[in-house]
Amino acid sequence: MDAFLFWVLAAGAVSASLLVIGQRNPMYSVLLLIVSFGALSGLYVLLGAPFVAAIQIIIYAGAIMVLFLFVVMLLNVPTEDPPAGYHARLLGGAGPRRFGAVLSAVLVVELFWVFSRMSSPALPGGDEAPATTVHTIGVRLFRDYAFAFEATSVLILVAMVGAIILARKESH
Amino acid sequence: MTTELIAQLGVIGFTFFMLLNSAAVLVYMERKVAAFIQQRYGPYLVGPQGLLQPIADIVKLMFKEELRPKGADKLLFYAAPILSATAAFAAFAVVPFGADTTLFGLLDEPIRLAAADVNVGLLVIFAITSMGVYGIVLAGWSSNSKYSLLGGLRSAAQMVSYEISYGLSFAAVIMLAGSLSLREIVDAQAGYWHLFGVIPIPQWYIFIQPLGFFIFLTAGVAETNRSPFDFPEAEQELVAGYHTEYSSMSFALFFLAEYVNMVTVSAVAVDLFLGGWHGPFLPEWLGWVWFLVKVFALLFFYIWMRWTLPRYRYDQLMEFGWKWLLPAAVLNLLVSAFVVAYYGW
Repeated sequence: MDAFLFWVLAAGAVSASLLVIGQRNPMYSVLLLIVSFGALSGLYVLLGAPFVAAIQIIIYAGAIMVLFLFVVMLLNVPTEDPPAGYHARLLGGAGPRRFGAVLSAVLVVELFWVFSRMSSPALPGGDEAPATTVHTIGVRLFRDYAFAFEATSVLILVAMVGAIILARKESH
Repeated sequence: MTTELIAQLGVIGFTFFMLLNSAAVLVYMERKVAAFIQQRYGPYLVGPQGLLQPIADIVKLMFKEELRPKGADKLLFYAAPILSATAAFAAFAVVPFGADTTLFGLLDEPIRLAAADVNVGLLVIFAITSMGVYGIVLAGWSSNSKYSLLGGLRSAAQMVSYEISYGLSFAAVIMLAGSLSLREIVDAQAGYWHLFGVIPIPQWYIFIQPLGFFIFLTAGVAETNRSPFDFPEAEQELVAGYHTEYSSMSFALFFLAEYVNMVTVSAVAVDLFLGGWHGPFLPEWLGWVWFLVKVFALLFFYIWMRWTLPRYRYDQLMEFGWKWLLPAAVLNLLVSAFVVAYYGW
């Protein structure tokens, strides 16, 4: 049952993610991203981490994607209509596309190389018991990895301040 | 094993059925209470005391024509009300409404009176409620109408703003109870304090978190788009907001979702702050009576408020949410955290 659910959710996540970039309508892209997050959250439940699953939905699917949707609606982004004869020169036409294709091919080769060399994933703290309950996650975050956690929050704050400064108009 | 499974399935079916019914009861209750407040009779022709009015309403809605505006996004237009109603029902799945029971000795092991028992139940409710926003936003966008779009946008902004205060207000309760499970939070509220050593006061969190309860209720009203925060459908400005273009059963689904959401918010408020199914005078196996009484008291409060308070202005709503409710929620959380940490609640 678990294996079956895993394959269903994994296939859902991957196909939804692929469709996100395949959509012409930004509204559908946003919605498919939410579907992808939902499938990911289901995978967390299968891994026995309901807390992470709930947080995934609340933060990503609930809060961040609503803002995405908000922006799409507010700006009323038009659908990206393909220019005439688009499909005929999908990869062969413009220079940037060819360049992009080469870069993706390089990335695929690199990924294969990395994964073939890496026998077992050596994650930090991989030898500890998995943190699944709220209590153990809290202890890990605020005691064991307190510095990294706080540093990340400062990093996010810096990004936010930067975005505000970039977006602000000179008023005087 | 199979008996337990059947009993659990029965509980799930019962929960679903009662939620559907509660929406019908609420429609009747809203009409009658509104009439009482406005000094008129309300529905009284269909059935005794107009009791069959909700059935007449539903039959009327079912026989109406399903209209779709030109230029509407067909898929999302039909998906939006379904999404709304699904999220509303799914959120109630983890709400416990009574103590464990063996159904008068029919079962060997007691079963839990909740469709599902999740140890992060509160977060699940929060997560599913936040999914409900999409139903409204998508309805607004896919209708291809300016009133709908504005209603949808307002609703998104309002729900995202008040969700933060909502979450912070129950975070304080989580700290006091030391659990994210609604069942354990309710069980932490059993028993009595004795004021001056004599007067018994039930150990409900409303008595030590009055500000938290107020914030929770206010944010809950905003989350369910009820008056005085019913901006997504402010009829003087937006015709009917996000459901302007909806008719027939699609409209009925939005209606249903709104009432089920009200029931869910009230039920969660009862579990978090009002001691759930604990109460004096009744034996424990009748605890669900207390639960029902408390939930309907809160629902009455909702309706009472709708027909008493005028609607805010939209900028007032945002100002209140961000400049008053959020700081109050943060303060409440900090003080509670301090007390829990230093005095070891």
